[in-house]
Amino acid sequence: MAQSVSTSTRPPSIRNSPEFREYILLKIKTAPWWLIGIAIIAVITAVTIATNQPFQDAFLFIKAGLGVTISTTLIAFVFAMVLGLLTGLGRISNNTFFRNLATLYVEIIRGIPMLVLIFFIALVGVPAIVAGFKSLGVWFTENGMIGIGAWLSGFKNNAVPMNTRAIIALSFTYGAFLAEIFRAGIQSIGRGQMEAARSQGMSYWQAMRYIILPQAIRNVLPALGNDFISMLKDSSLVSVLAVRDITQIARLYAGRSFQYQEAYITLAVMYLTMTVLLSFLMKFIEKRIQKNEQR
Amino acid sequence: MNSAENMVVLQNLKKHFTGIEALDGVSLTVKKGQVIVIIGPSGSGKSTLLRCVNQLEEKSSGEIWVDGERLTRNSKQLDKVRSEIGMVFQHFNLYPHLTVLENITLAQRIVKKISKQLAIENAMAQLKRVGIEEKADKFPAQLSGGQQQRVAIARALAMNPKLMLFDEPTSALDPEMIKEVLEVMLDLAKAGITMIVVTHEMGFARAAADEVVFMDKGQIVEQAIPADFFANPKQERTRLFLSQILNH
Ligand SMILES: Nc1ncnc2c1ncn2[C@@H]1O[C@H](COP(=O)(O)OP(=O)(O)OP(=O)(O)O)[C@@H](O)[C@H]1O
Ligand SMILES: [Mg+2]
Repeated sequence: MAQSVSTSTRPPSIRNSPEFREYILLKIKTAPWWLIGIAIIAVITAVTIATNQPFQDAFLFIKAGLGVTISTTLIAFVFAMVLGLLTGLGRISNNTFFRNLATLYVEIIRGIPMLVLIFFIALVGVPAIVAGFKSLGVWFTENGMIGIGAWLSGFKNNAVPMNTRAIIALSFTYGAFLAEIFRAGIQSIGRGQMEAARSQGMSYWQAMRYIILPQAIRNVLPALGNDFISMLKDSSLVSVLAVRDITQIARLYAGRSFQYQEAYITLAVMYLTMTVLLSFLMKFIEKRIQKNEQR
Repeated sequence: MNSAENMVVLQNLKKHFTGIEALDGVSLTVKKGQVIVIIGPSGSGKSTLLRCVNQLEEKSSGEIWVDGERLTRNSKQLDKVRSEIGMVFQHFNLYPHLTVLENITLAQRIVKKISKQLAIENAMAQLKRVGIEEKADKFPAQLSGGQQQRVAIARALAMNPKLMLFDEPTSALDPEMIKEVLEVMLDLAKAGITMIVVTHEMGFARAAADEVVFMDKGQIVEQAIPADFFANPKQERTRLFLSQILNH
């Protein structure tokens, strides 16, 4: 809010006028001072890593986990978007079964701490599904369908690596969060849009795809961006599955070298850098969209 | 009622919402090429009647025929019937994320599966008809209310409908824009398009209507040709309503 005030106010032409004083005061009040804080942290860290050997060692070691952190977040977010969109559509569906299924899923996920969910999905859910495949395989084999039977019973628990389980766990957790965002986005579009589309003979799904969702998704982009940033941070929880993301590697490094300060300061600054960059990117995208809307 | 000259036949149509009979046994026949104007106080069921004809609202009982076809809730039939009935809303309901041209071509392409080329040609022809072909590449938000409503009319016409429904098409407009929309509608009426129009514009009713229908409390109270309807209304309720809106 405050920012839109400052950008829409033009500097008064007379330098010594009370308006000019007010304008400057407003500028000072609404300037993003916290950015200076971030910049100071960034500079100090950069200098420290460049000049201080222990910090440099820590950074070079932890850096190896960046690929895992980023890819886990990206892949899980894509799956969570798909799951969230389907669930969001289910939440507003007229079909009693799908609506309740979607609500059940959302409520279960909401009611369990994320850390517990990650343990549960990776160490209980996935093995249960593998066991299910196995008994299906046995059943198929007994009923003469040896090919598919052998294929199914060939599934092994350790064939699903921890990285994959981490992605599954994060996808399911965030799928429920994103479902609520998509639902709110769809409900924010007036009834008249659906009615206009239906009155032209579009089916429900055509109306969703061409009329409702494009507007709804545009409305919820900021919220999606926020959740993407949260997910980047929450991806650190998968270190409990010994997935070698930056958090896990920092823990290994700290445990091995006893350089706790170096390891965890570096780790924290790495997350901070990524999230701040991402939120700049988001602000940029939002501005672009706003501009497009003012066409 | 399946006579080939009837476009819409309603038979004892009822629609109830919780606690209210929005339509309480409406029977009405609209012949091909006719323009029917429906008037009546707020809450009398005018919108509900239109919305039942193209099934935006599911009827509670009674029968609806459109061009000889009895309407059911079969979703294939539903989409087909709707694609053949144009609807113009009070608040335009244009698609704000699409340009004017895209607003008019989208349903042609995905519902009627018309080629892009043809859809654009048709859209431009309709825009010309409503007098705003120069706005084709604008977005709805860049147009005035009157222009938006004309785009909405062009969007409906582009589907080549058998029947056009108008639900108070001018009541969200500033006075100076009402005329441009009414003129377009008058042209359509003269061109022989079958229309059911809910409006409070009595000038339009006089000039364009073959019949005027007065509704109150979910029922048709009176129905007559405009000359008779305005000159000597038979029912007390009609007289009261007319005196209220004409003295306004
Ligand atoms: N979706 C709905 N749910 C419940 N009641 C409704 C609904 N739609 C309409 N109604 C009620 O049905 C009655 C008829 O409504 P309708 O919109 O058809 O009236 P109208 O004649 O078009 O009035 P107006 O001139 O105000 O548009 C009203 O009492 C209204 O409150
Ligand atoms: Mg109405």
